[in-house]
Amino acid sequence: MSTTVPAPIEPMIGRYVTFPIEGRPHRVYFEEAGAGIPLVCLHTAGSDGRQWRHLMTDPEITQHFRVIAFDLPFHGKSNPPEDWDGTEYRLTTAAYTATIRAFCGALRLEKPVVMGCSIGGRIVLNLAIDHAAEFSALIGLEAADFQQPWYDTEWLNRPDVHGGEACAALVSGLMSPDLPPARRMETLWHYKQSGPGVFKGDLYFYRVDGDLRGRTAAIDTKVCPLYLLTGEYDYSCSPDDTLRTARSISGAQVTVMERLGHFPMSENPEQFRRYIAPVLDDVRRRASQP
Amino acid sequence: MDSEDDVVARLLRLPDLLERAPALQERGRFLSVDWLVGVPGRPFRVRIEQGRIVRMDEAPKVMANWRFAYRARPEAWMEFWQPMPKAGWHDLLALTKRGAATLEGDLHPFIANLQYFKDLLALPREVRA
Repeated sequence: MSTTVPAPIEPMIGRYVTFPIEGRPHRVYFEEAGAGIPLVCLHTAGSDGRQWRHLMTDPEITQHFRVIAFDLPFHGKSNPPEDWDGTEYRLTTAAYTATIRAFCGALRLEKPVVMGCSIGGRIVLNLAIDHAAEFSALIGLEAADFQQPWYDTEWLNRPDVHGGEACAALVSGLMSPDLPPARRMETLWHYKQSGPGVFKGDLYFYRVDGDLRGRTAAIDTKVCPLYLLTGEYDYSCSPDDTLRTARSISGAQVTVMERLGHFPMSENPEQFRRYIAPVLDDVRRRASQP
Repeated sequence: MDSEDDVVARLLRLPDLLERAPALQERGRFLSVDWLVGVPGRPFRVRIEQGRIVRMDEAPKVMANWRFAYRARPEAWMEFWQPMPKAGWHDLLALTKRGAATLEGDLHPFIANLQYFKDLLALPREVRA
């Protein structure tokens, strides 16, 4: 019998759930930790739910929130649907919205909080526009109604460029220069592991199909509070993009996060915690009000 | 020394700095290319062979032959090389997005080796105290 101290086992549990999205069955992987208010976390384009692991191992958060992160189909451990024929993957606003609502329904989540980053932040705005009453709060990280493109996505999926290396190198500059090196490498590793064309397919939603300019004024934050937090080093969705978006939304609460970039939850979890913990406290305070 | 001369002096250190970065050389081992780097109006032509800089000289004024060019204004280079660069000045493509740098030509070798070029051009960045 070993006398050494037992190796620490992290609290999150991973499982699969199968449910229809737009009429097609999907087997979706998700991880969760904690108990309380359901907090559904949406990963960035071309990555997966592992980005949220630090939130799931934060006992001060998981004692109040059931933190849940699922991998979008084609991402992480969520396969493409069984009837996929190899056609190039493309995420649309309708499919993304349907996926989130179907996942919440499959887990029977009662008015969850949804927090999304990047494409997840964009779709949070769409949820606020069209489905606000289904959620108790919405949190958009690196979120804006639109961002100006800064490279050609055709480079992301072609046989003469290594997609994983190119995707990771492109996003590598979106983080703060002083972040912990291990967190930087881990954040980029998720991109290197992404399937061919998946990042590009997500960006179809981000750049083409999901342009919300002119629609965000319809958001009613009295129906569902909306928090927007953007890292100062994110030049893809810059603080100016978020501030511009917020000006059209009465009651939106905006924070610019110092020493953080496009991946706050994975690039520097301790720094991110300084900003997200007060937001989650506010969500909890509102939830406790009759 | 004005800022353009300072930028040029730092760029000319690239071959030596790369020689002292074996991991970066290794990452570029499949890369051989002629490209331009510098400030507008004063570019240098750099010959990379298998990840190592084997030649770097002022670009010819006529009949210059290169695959791609990355040129930034002197103040952009100096901000980029700060130990903790300001947001928006901290990445090669942040500079192109804000219009402080241009990237032209056949971008394939640049994109296919993007992290290599990002790390190479960051070598002159001052080490944080």
